[in-house]
Amino acid sequence: MKQANRFNSISPGWNAVITVFLAIIAVVCLAPLILLIVISFTSADSIAYNGYAFWPSEWSTVAYSQLMKTGTQIVNGYKVTIAYTIVNTILSLLVMSMYAYVMAQKQFRGRTFITFFAFFTMLFGGGLVPSYIINVKYLGLYDTFWIFVLPGLMSAYNCIILRTFVQTTIPESLFEAAKIDGAGHFRIYAQIVMPLFKAGLATIGLFKVVGNWNDWFTGMLYIENPKLTPLNTMLTRIMDNINFIKANADKLSDDQVAAILNDMPTESCRMAITVITVAPILFAYPFFQRYFVQGLTIGSVKG
Amino acid sequence: MSTPKISKMHSRKWAEEFPLWVMALPGLLSLLIFNYLPMVGLVMAFQRLNLQKGIFSSPFCGFDNFKFLFASTDTAIVIRNTLAYNICFIVINLFLAVFMALLLSEVISRKFAKVVQTIYIMPHFLSWPVVAIIVFAFLSPTNGYLNKVVAALGGPERTNWYMITKPWPYILTVVNIWKGVGYSSIVYLAAISGISQEYYEAAMLDGASKVQQARYITVPHLKTMMTILLIMSIGGIFNGDFGLFYTVPKDSGSLYSVTNVVSTYVYRCMTELSNYGMSTAAGLLQSVVGFILVMFSNWVVNKIEPENALF
Repeated sequence: MKQANRFNSISPGWNAVITVFLAIIAVVCLAPLILLIVISFTSADSIAYNGYAFWPSEWSTVAYSQLMKTGTQIVNGYKVTIAYTIVNTILSLLVMSMYAYVMAQKQFRGRTFITFFAFFTMLFGGGLVPSYIINVKYLGLYDTFWIFVLPGLMSAYNCIILRTFVQTTIPESLFEAAKIDGAGHFRIYAQIVMPLFKAGLATIGLFKVVGNWNDWFTGMLYIENPKLTPLNTMLTRIMDNINFIKANADKLSDDQVAAILNDMPTESCRMAITVITVAPILFAYPFFQRYFVQGLTIGSVKG
Repeated sequence: MSTPKISKMHSRKWAEEFPLWVMALPGLLSLLIFNYLPMVGLVMAFQRLNLQKGIFSSPFCGFDNFKFLFASTDTAIVIRNTLAYNICFIVINLFLAVFMALLLSEVISRKFAKVVQTIYIMPHFLSWPVVAIIVFAFLSPTNGYLNKVVAALGGPERTNWYMITKPWPYILTVVNIWKGVGYSSIVYLAAISGISQEYYEAAMLDGASKVQQARYITVPHLKTMMTILLIMSIGGIFNGDFGLFYTVPKDSGSLYSVTNVVSTYVYRCMTELSNYGMSTAAGLLQSVVGFILVMFSNWVVNKIEPENALF
């Protein structure tokens, strides 16, 4: 678009300066991630001798083969994370898109109430402790799979984005025409709105997938069962264990320290677990990033 | 004469609207259980909570929890940390993001802009535990990259960064900016690409320089976007990104004086001290202050420039 009028573009000199500057920022963004990946491929000797480096003296894939051997917990972590990511994303898209469809019905008398009911939760909330007590004591969600699925079903923010999407892409006359033809709301929703809705749902769905994948807090707060521990929670626990030893080194017996150290992955192993945790996001990223940019442009949340 | 007609119309309207209520029902229930019920649970702030008895039959204790909260020396530190960090993050993030968006919109090669754009958003999609481990790769006392650089420059060896408080305000700011600024810059870039080219052409014909065009056309057009994002971040100013402040300093106790913010404080009060009453009291204050701040800033914007207000 800017290209269309070259005559108003910056001078070649400034262009060079800006290009170099932007490239440096890109390197700064990327370098830490590269360091992480390189460390996971560094041999233990090389780390002991040289510390972490962008170009290690000795490369090795030992960390990964070690993980393959002892990695039942990681496989479990993958299974749980994938399972709840799929279930939560699909269910919440269904719930939110129906809600958004209702919010978009200008004729509907309950519209103000339904919109406000969602919008208010963006302004005020009970916070961590009441939610915790209710989820654990009254809903019995502690250490269950459903803690990952149910509380995150609705997001007022996403609903409002979806509603804006319906209002801007689907003309009111289409609803009227469908009604005159005798179609009920469920039919209009399923057969007319859904197909037009695809792009909006894809964007919100991707946000949900990434959010679910990266959620470590739910697991840390509610999950004890190792079989239900998501990948990112596992990472936090590994870090916490290291802290625990450091803080209590004088209080623990040598045997206890040895036992914990034994269970704990080596440094490159820890980095390898981290790489395995982010790998799906990094691989999928180039494909889904354009949806995110698209989502940002739909997301004018006014109303 | 006309009454039956109206009631018939009325019932037709109901029959037509009933499916809409059914469609909204799952969402309504979900909001009710997971958003509104915890609001009711805020009464715990005025109770001496007994987990066995639960929210509905624990004894009330008036404002005791709040008294304890304000008697604690931690509270002042926590509030200072939360406000200082958030204001710092909001200001730096806003300026850098708009600046980067301006540069991205001016660079001639669109292909280059696309590529760097893709790279800039990447850190936004990493989870906090992953970021914490990446930070650890730099700060680890034994093997960390930073200690290597410091030693190479003739500085002290093997500094234990997780024990000294001084550098942490900078570390946390850098990490937060690294993770978030690229994403916000793309938000602004999207807004810039929506500005009509005619403004720029007219300005250019009048002899406006690039800097003047940015100053008088682009930045004013970004105002709505900036205001909306600002109002939303002001609402969270009392919040503190839990992931950043909990995972990145690795929950290190010796750093609490500079890393403890409201959200980590509430969490630790609950999990370590099992003091549900006091942590709910802190959470209630947090929610109320957040609510007031959003309403207030939106009211101010409404007074000055109604078209920029959020609602």
